[in-house]
Amino acid sequence: MKVTKIPFMAMRKVVALFSITLILISIASLATKGIKFGLDFTGGTLIEVSYQQAPQLDEVRGLLDKGGYSDVVVQNFGSPTDVVVRMANAYTPELGGQVLSTLEDNGNVSVSLKRSEFVGAQVGEELREQGGLGMLLALLIVMIYVAVRFQFKFSLASVIALVHDVTITLGFFSLFGYEFDLTVLAAILALIGYSLNDTIVVCDRIRENFRILRDIKPYDLINLSINQTLGRTIITSLTTLFTLFVLFFYGGESIHNFSLALLFGILIGTYSSIFVAANLLLTMKVTREDLIPAPKEQLEDELP
Amino acid sequence: MLNKYPLWKYLLILLVLALGVIYAVPNLYPDDPALQISTQKTTTVVDERTLEKAREALSDAHINLKKAELTSAGGTLRFNSGEDQLAAKPVVAAALGDGYVTALNLVPTTPDWLSSIGAGPAKLGLDLRGGVHFLLQVDMPAALKQKLDVASSEMKAALRKERVRYRSVSIDNGVLSIRFLQEADLDKAESLLKDQFNEYVYSTRQDGSDFYLDAGFTDASRKSIESYAIQQNLTTLRNRVNELGVAEPLVQRQGSDRIVVELPGVQDTATAKRIIGATANLEFHLEAGLDDKGGDVETLNFRNGSGRTARLDRDIIITGDSVSDASSSFDENGRPQVNISLDSKGGQKMAKVTRAAVGRNMAVVFIEHKSRVRFVKTDGKLKEVRKSYSEKGIISLATIQTTLGNSFRITGLDSSRESSELALLLRAGALAAPIYFVEERTIGPSLGAENIHLGMVSAQIGLLVVMLFMLAYYRLFGLFANVSLILNVVLLLACMSVLGATLTLPGIAGIVLTMGMAVDANVLIFSRIKEELASGTPSHQAIHSGFNRAFTTIFDANITTLLVAIILFAVGTGSVKGFAVTLSLGILTSMFTAIVVTRAQVNLVYGGRANKKLYI
Repeated sequence: MKVTKIPFMAMRKVVALFSITLILISIASLATKGIKFGLDFTGGTLIEVSYQQAPQLDEVRGLLDKGGYSDVVVQNFGSPTDVVVRMANAYTPELGGQVLSTLEDNGNVSVSLKRSEFVGAQVGEELREQGGLGMLLALLIVMIYVAVRFQFKFSLASVIALVHDVTITLGFFSLFGYEFDLTVLAAILALIGYSLNDTIVVCDRIRENFRILRDIKPYDLINLSINQTLGRTIITSLTTLFTLFVLFFYGGESIHNFSLALLFGILIGTYSSIFVAANLLLTMKVTREDLIPAPKEQLEDELP
Repeated sequence: MLNKYPLWKYLLILLVLALGVIYAVPNLYPDDPALQISTQKTTTVVDERTLEKAREALSDAHINLKKAELTSAGGTLRFNSGEDQLAAKPVVAAALGDGYVTALNLVPTTPDWLSSIGAGPAKLGLDLRGGVHFLLQVDMPAALKQKLDVASSEMKAALRKERVRYRSVSIDNGVLSIRFLQEADLDKAESLLKDQFNEYVYSTRQDGSDFYLDAGFTDASRKSIESYAIQQNLTTLRNRVNELGVAEPLVQRQGSDRIVVELPGVQDTATAKRIIGATANLEFHLEAGLDDKGGDVETLNFRNGSGRTARLDRDIIITGDSVSDASSSFDENGRPQVNISLDSKGGQKMAKVTRAAVGRNMAVVFIEHKSRVRFVKTDGKLKEVRKSYSEKGIISLATIQTTLGNSFRITGLDSSRESSELALLLRAGALAAPIYFVEERTIGPSLGAENIHLGMVSAQIGLLVVMLFMLAYYRLFGLFANVSLILNVVLLLACMSVLGATLTLPGIAGIVLTMGMAVDANVLIFSRIKEELASGTPSHQAIHSGFNRAFTTIFDANITTLLVAIILFAVGTGSVKGFAVTLSLGILTSMFTAIVVTRAQVNLVYGGRANKKLYI
């Protein structure tokens, strides 16, 4: 395979501008529009029913209104015969059954209950808190690990790249109003893992090249390392994106936003591992001395 | 020599893979829909005769039975289809009568030789199987108040016994206050109570001409009450769930004051919720005498809605907690009744009180602890405010004819459903503290089946797409990677089964995602080999250093992902935990297959031969 000779580092100013713009848009959207949290985080009641024939949503709303349920949101879920009813009503254990019998309209319509979910406001708040904490904890642990295995500059660069990916993905969800539930949180955490994986592969090559190649400027060395790993970065991103597309199209409605978050996040993550982390390393003036003495040689002997 | 494994290494790899296949195979056998027959009483057993009765009833109803067998948990009736199973349940329940519990269940069809070595299919989560998940909050303030209620009767009795004159007793905000008119009485009471009830901290205060003795919980006693409340509630909930006859239920503590209940496969969720959340209990009170004063008397309504009321002594003789067994039946006039047996301590108490009260009336009071939620706006935000309250009503008021002993019956219940549920609740034990639902998820069986289907389809397509791509891009080495990929999925499933991990829909998504990411290690290795070849290294050397040099990269990249997956496991709940499990197990198994198994294949094909052109 020919190693490409794309001058990635020559584009660094344009790329930085692009990233900063995306982040600013994301932060602006998160600050003004906020995130549309799902039931898991807001608390509330949700009932999913399946009709034999696709109902008119207005009629469904009318029925619920007549049944005394105000403040109700009725939507299709995945298919025209599936309907989701969200309500802020105070929860009672019988609510699911009551709503179902209201929708059945005295037996005129055949409706079956697919699922009902209720999350108390306090539980929702705790999950939100826990999720946020989890994300921060993940970043912190990653930072420590990379600092120990590589070096502080690498650690800072990869964590900033991760924050970049997470912020823009959150911004994407905020801007387009996609619902953010527990599965999306899981996707974001998985994304942290994935994107870091990519960044580490690039950093690893940079470290290796610093050891092997002597007379080369960091600028050219980083450029070379990115080009050397480019093939791998693209192929792995492709196979992962393939499986995510499959999940997006065939995995069903309940993991739709999960796949969406990962699809978008992995595109951003691939971009950031090529451009952002290396760019930051160069800005922080990484040198050969940062990586020496190196403890790496011993590890290579422990191969299977 | 380069690129040759010693024989033992190949054998070890084969052994691991063989074990993987054996432990993954049970996942291929679909579960049978079944009915589980069990019994709650020690006097009835499930035996061949019971099964024979069920068999006859089923053949009379023309329902095909696949197999009937006795197991350690009772009897299992297997059916060919879910429809048969559903139709059979009422038939079998009617044929066996009271004393037996029939529950819908799915039982594995793992062949005996596999289950004898501990192999079985991975557990399916609620989102794949259908069922209900509850998160219950134990109402600790109410538990403390209940404790103070009981303490107040006991303290009053102690004060009366020593002839210490008090005016009134009140409970407010976790503090019990006794009002006295004389300071001497206060002092006497303080030393008496400090001696007899040492789990409280006492303080005294004066308000106008009145003297008060306040009793509050010490930190230690508060903690022990709270931990008792949650332990007792766990036991009670387990008993209740067993009474429901659910197969493989989960009742587990979560955090300091919450309990998770998961009932897979339950279809009648309404009954399940009513039984689990029920906070009903009984209290036995004497009717107050005409000269009893205000503070010691409470006036309650009768439950039958007649508008009748009765004045009762506030002191409790015994509560439902003293009931050791209860069953429902009908009295001579065909009205529902509950037969009650008391434990020995409760029996003694009852005998002692009733002996001295022959000719007086005794009331059976039905109590339900409920809570009401209101939304209050504070600082522009809606806040949930929960207020606990009890609903009390008299079931029956009857004259004590003679000293009551350990067993008696109560009548005055509305329906046979009410009497049998009350009997069930008394048998299972009352909750030590009221509980309320803070989270509930119900997944219908149709959605479960749909999710399995979606998961399987996406896993198959995902696998196919990745394999085609790898084959097209890396040719023979792509084939190696594909073999490793398939073995990775097999090993992953085997690990899930062995660890008893639960497979959920996000979990399946995790497996699909792992397929995409698992090939990464091979991609890293192969691109290294290609690089080496491009720089003119001979093929053997290229393979060798390709694997070696890619190793640290693979290691670092995977460990960080693993760390994140572990955090996800700690943060996530339910189905998301399932995702974290498959993701982290997938990372571990993929490191083994992508590095070791791929290397073994490459070695087998290229090892020992002269430098040849690599199909990569």
